[in-house]
Amino acid sequence: MIETIVIPLLKIAVLLNAVLVSVTFMTLLERKVIAWAQSRLGPMRVGPYGVLQAIADPIKLILKEDITPVKADRMMFTLAPIISLVPALVVFAVVPFGGDELFYITDINVGLLFIISVTSIGVYGIILAGWASNSKYPLLASLRASAQLISYEIAVTMTLVSVILTAGTLSMVGIVQAQQDSGLWYGFVQPVAFVLVLIGGLAETNRAPFDMPEAEQELTGGFHTEYSGMRFALFFLAEYANMIVISAVVTVLFWGGWLRPFPSIDALAFLDLIPSWIWFFGKMFVFLYLFIWIRATLPRYRYDQLMRLGWKVLIPIAIGNIVVTGIAKVVL
Amino acid sequence: MAEAFAFYTLSVLILGLAVAVITTPNTVHSVVFLVLNFLCVAVLYVFLQAEFLAVIQVLVYAGGIVVLYLFVVMLVNLGRSPEEHQDPRRLGLIGLGLSGAVLLELAGIIAYSYTREQSPPVAAAQASPVQGNIEELGWLLYTDYLIPFEVASVLLLVAMVGAIVLARRES
Amino acid sequence: MATEASPIFDTDELVINMGPQHPSTHGVLRIVLKLDGERVIDADVVIGYIHRGIEKLSENRDWTQIILLTDRMDYVAAATNNLGYCETVEKLMEIEVPRRARYIRTVLAELQRIASHCLWLGTHAMDVGAMTVFLYAFRERELILDLFEDYCGARLTYNSMRIGGLPLDIPTGWDNKVRAFCDLMESKIPEYEELLTNNRIWLERTRGVGVISGEDAVGLGLCGPPLRGSGVYRDVRKDEPYAAYDEFEFDVPLGTNGDTYDRYLIRLEEFKQSIRIIRQGLDGMPEGPVMGKVPRLIKPKAGETYHAIESPKGELGYFIVSDGRATNPYRFRVRPPSFCNLQGLRPLIVGHLVADVVTLIGTIDVVLGEVDR
Repeated sequence: MIETIVIPLLKIAVLLNAVLVSVTFMTLLERKVIAWAQSRLGPMRVGPYGVLQAIADPIKLILKEDITPVKADRMMFTLAPIISLVPALVVFAVVPFGGDELFYITDINVGLLFIISVTSIGVYGIILAGWASNSKYPLLASLRASAQLISYEIAVTMTLVSVILTAGTLSMVGIVQAQQDSGLWYGFVQPVAFVLVLIGGLAETNRAPFDMPEAEQELTGGFHTEYSGMRFALFFLAEYANMIVISAVVTVLFWGGWLRPFPSIDALAFLDLIPSWIWFFGKMFVFLYLFIWIRATLPRYRYDQLMRLGWKVLIPIAIGNIVVTGIAKVVL
Repeated sequence: MAEAFAFYTLSVLILGLAVAVITTPNTVHSVVFLVLNFLCVAVLYVFLQAEFLAVIQVLVYAGGIVVLYLFVVMLVNLGRSPEEHQDPRRLGLIGLGLSGAVLLELAGIIAYSYTREQSPPVAAAQASPVQGNIEELGWLLYTDYLIPFEVASVLLLVAMVGAIVLARRES
Repeated sequence: MATEASPIFDTDELVINMGPQHPSTHGVLRIVLKLDGERVIDADVVIGYIHRGIEKLSENRDWTQIILLTDRMDYVAAATNNLGYCETVEKLMEIEVPRRARYIRTVLAELQRIASHCLWLGTHAMDVGAMTVFLYAFRERELILDLFEDYCGARLTYNSMRIGGLPLDIPTGWDNKVRAFCDLMESKIPEYEELLTNNRIWLERTRGVGVISGEDAVGLGLCGPPLRGSGVYRDVRKDEPYAAYDEFEFDVPLGTNGDTYDRYLIRLEEFKQSIRIIRQGLDGMPEGPVMGKVPRLIKPKAGETYHAIESPKGELGYFIVSDGRATNPYRFRVRPPSFCNLQGLRPLIVGHLVADVVTLIGTIDVVLGEVDR
């Protein structure tokens, strides 16, 4: 009774809190990192070194007037940001943060596929947001954003097939254990897949350089034009939560999850002093930093170039990767 | 006990959502109910210990196909009311007739299946050399059911090519 | 239930309005776009939102007071406007400007070129999405603005030249500061290049976008980098040298394809050439007065003249008519390079996608203050 209900509930409570708080502080992290890349300091006034900015912003957004457009579809309008955020949070149920059973809520045997499928539900949030705004520009922008999302989903899913082939299992814990057994992080075994998942992950979360649907320079306002206050914030929380999910997935699949570097070399066993979850969070943080760094540096792809990249470049490379992995698995 | 309870709640949900899909006047709401329906069916698959199918149901059906339905629904204006010369009573009678025929067919299939012996699929599952949901599915798909699998993929390819050809504008 | 396509998705056009308040139109520019899906099929450029009547106001101002008004035209590179105007009046009055003044004027004009191109680079890159370049470029521009503040006390509208020379000599130590700035700038240009020049996304966004052929460019009356980007060699500093340009060695970069990428490369190269000119100017600065022999009351004889200089945006020309009797001009007309280059915007953007419109506005480098006056 306790084991099947109480402990998972506790874990869920801790995890949800952790994720939501980190998503809030990611807004601050982004502002700071981009500021430092641009030779400036970022938020500095609220709290020491601007740390409390992450709390001031949600307070401001909650206190804002909640505007719903007159002819908008009320139910969908309210539901859309929720549909965006919830899948991003649900996915964390299968992500293993550390080596012990304590560190993940559950490990289902189709864990990786669960992650992909649940994130694909998040697309509905964007589509319904554009629709519910009852205005042609948000509708067009939302259709474009969602078309981008489903196109890159295909590329990412195909790439993950080759990782699954290498690991031989779909369960997240199983993949990390496979890396432990083989002694090599899959980032070295499948570098092409790693790059493809990173690029696809950027596109899935609508991050630069694939953020044309969100860009201010776009004439059509973007799917969140009619949203204000906390509902607007929910969309961006969903985006950051998705970023954290992608970073976690990349860490688990390609960088050994919670394993220390060189898990099979016993000479480095002293590194085991650092608990496994710290390794995990460290690696995840590196990827989050990378996402933000890329945003600060690169220009933006035009929409047609972005779609061309997804369909004509990433998908053939992913298919090629599957073929090569399959041949390697049979031959080696 | 708990499983039965969960199953019945789920069935009520599924049927209720399916009815909602047909009866909602707003097309977009109708599609959203369809998505929820598919998600509930995915939960049903989990109960049947077909986790892979459940996840694929969410990924492909709810997360892919219905998204495209939604695109079409949003891009096409469905606000027109039915034409006046269509007789609602006549339509209702045809609908009743058709659904009656389908129900009769279903009843016939159920009755027929009760009169036959145990069907081979159980034996086939025990005979496969691999264990596990996905592995067994893959094994069956690529050995016993290879030809239908290939035919289905060719069918999808043809449909895709046809759709692209039809939708292309003469440039 | 029959269905029909929603009206917004007919194959007819969608008309949208961009500006005058828009983060990417570099001022109060309004473009009415007619779109077919994502492609621009027609565009209507509407200007006049910042018309202040500078030309008419000048008719009631003293010849020297007009210098203040000229600052506000191309406010990004104000000293260049001052230079053009003063030289035009000097040409009409046949005043000789002392050599030192001409050298300092050249140095100031080239500093303005760098400042203007810094702003162009920052805003253009930001429109295409590379937001960091904006801050790097403005960091360098701030240094130039500090130099100008040292020289004449103002950061944006300088009033830094007078008819016949300069009002102020350069402060002590200013030339060393400028030299230090040149060294710093030279080290920063590789930073911009690293971020943009070989960046794949930048190349995809700018290569082949907004191609103008040489003949089209000449036919449209373009000038400055848009003209040179299409391979036409025309630079007023070389063709009709003014100030001290005939004494300096510098190259004029030319493009080959006439696309946005070429115009980007040209302006980057102009950074380096400007630094070269500034160094030559500082090294060879002669001693002497900074103001020529100018009568107390400036009253040109009756006549008219046109004189052009090469501002960072293109050929900036002034046409003045004096009736010989009054202390204000009879007619003061400016040929702003941005106005003439803006003519090229419509043929440029027709046929491109919506996302390219901001790229193309950036590549022409317009300043609305100049366009509308």
